[in-house]
Amino acid sequence: MIIANRKPVAEIVAMVKDFSRVLVLGCRGCVSVCSAGGEREVELLASLLRLGCQKEGKKLNTITATLVRQCDKEYIDTLDDWDGQYDAIVSMACGVGVNFIANLRPMTRIYPGVNTTCMGGSMEQGQWIEQCAGCGDCVLHLTAGLCPVARCAKSLMNGPCGGSVGGRCEIHTNTPCIWQSIHDRLDRLGRKNELSDIAPIRDWRTSGHGGPRTTLRDDLTI
Amino acid sequence: MSFSPDIQAFCCHYTSQQSCSQDGGGLLEDGFPSTVTINRLPCSGKLQVSALLAALENGADGVYVVGCPKDTCHNVLGSQRAAKKVLAVKKALVELGVEPERIEMFHLQRGLHPEFITAAQTMDKTIRTLGPSPFKGESK
Repeated sequence: MIIANRKPVAEIVAMVKDFSRVLVLGCRGCVSVCSAGGEREVELLASLLRLGCQKEGKKLNTITATLVRQCDKEYIDTLDDWDGQYDAIVSMACGVGVNFIANLRPMTRIYPGVNTTCMGGSMEQGQWIEQCAGCGDCVLHLTAGLCPVARCAKSLMNGPCGGSVGGRCEIHTNTPCIWQSIHDRLDRLGRKNELSDIAPIRDWRTSGHGGPRTTLRDDLTI
Repeated sequence: MSFSPDIQAFCCHYTSQQSCSQDGGGLLEDGFPSTVTINRLPCSGKLQVSALLAALENGADGVYVVGCPKDTCHNVLGSQRAAKKVLAVKKALVELGVEPERIEMFHLQRGLHPEFITAAQTMDKTIRTLGPSPFKGESK
């Protein structure tokens, strides 16, 4: 899922300080699961924004709401329910939600409440780690299911860099060297010999270097 | 001008049951500051961050939580959860440029005892030193 963290409160207060009515808008998707922008976080941010404005001697009125998703047009349409009741929206969805509202509501002031960080998984309660870089050309079938693009600090495609020590990355010593993990896992699976195959030079064009990537499914379009 | 703070205490029922059961009566004679209002909770772990923020929004100059000692919480991890929530508000106050000392967590043994009163006196002293809450600024 997409992982996000709430922006520093002072940063968001600075965004909304010139408004008197703000809609703090959560999302029940990924940011709800990673406890960054769900219903509870929306209430907390609204309270913190009111306090931040109170401190500056201003009164801020907040409306709080949480959409099913902010990355689907049909759910964005429900924003009409609050028409005329706010001067700006602070979206606690990932950056996709902010973009969607900006796309679909040309006259709406929209501000991000979170920093969108990565696509990751929950390792334990309160800890999420990036697992996929969304590079558009998956190699997990060659690497025992462990991604060197997202999980190697140098995104190397042909084995470890030589800097790892004790199975740990030289960049972040708390992080396992993913190439060590790939090696160990292939070994356990009896596939270690596959490591002698040289990965070809990677085509990074699928990785977002040519502007926004588009997925079109003819079977789903009408 | 003298400043009489508004301090909201959120107290675990088990930690402070004797103190609370007297509805505060007798506490004042023992030195419990009149500036502190006790809010009873079934467990400090029940406390939500939103309740702490609401206290500040409603004009409290200081807020504190009294829960069980970390390793002997009646509900196992309740007071540790409360401490995390207090810490979250402290961090938010720092982000807003407000003294984090305006909110504190106290882990106290169960029953009426001097520490319960001392905690209140400590908060009273701290908040008197800090002065009125910056959140009380007049709305423009």
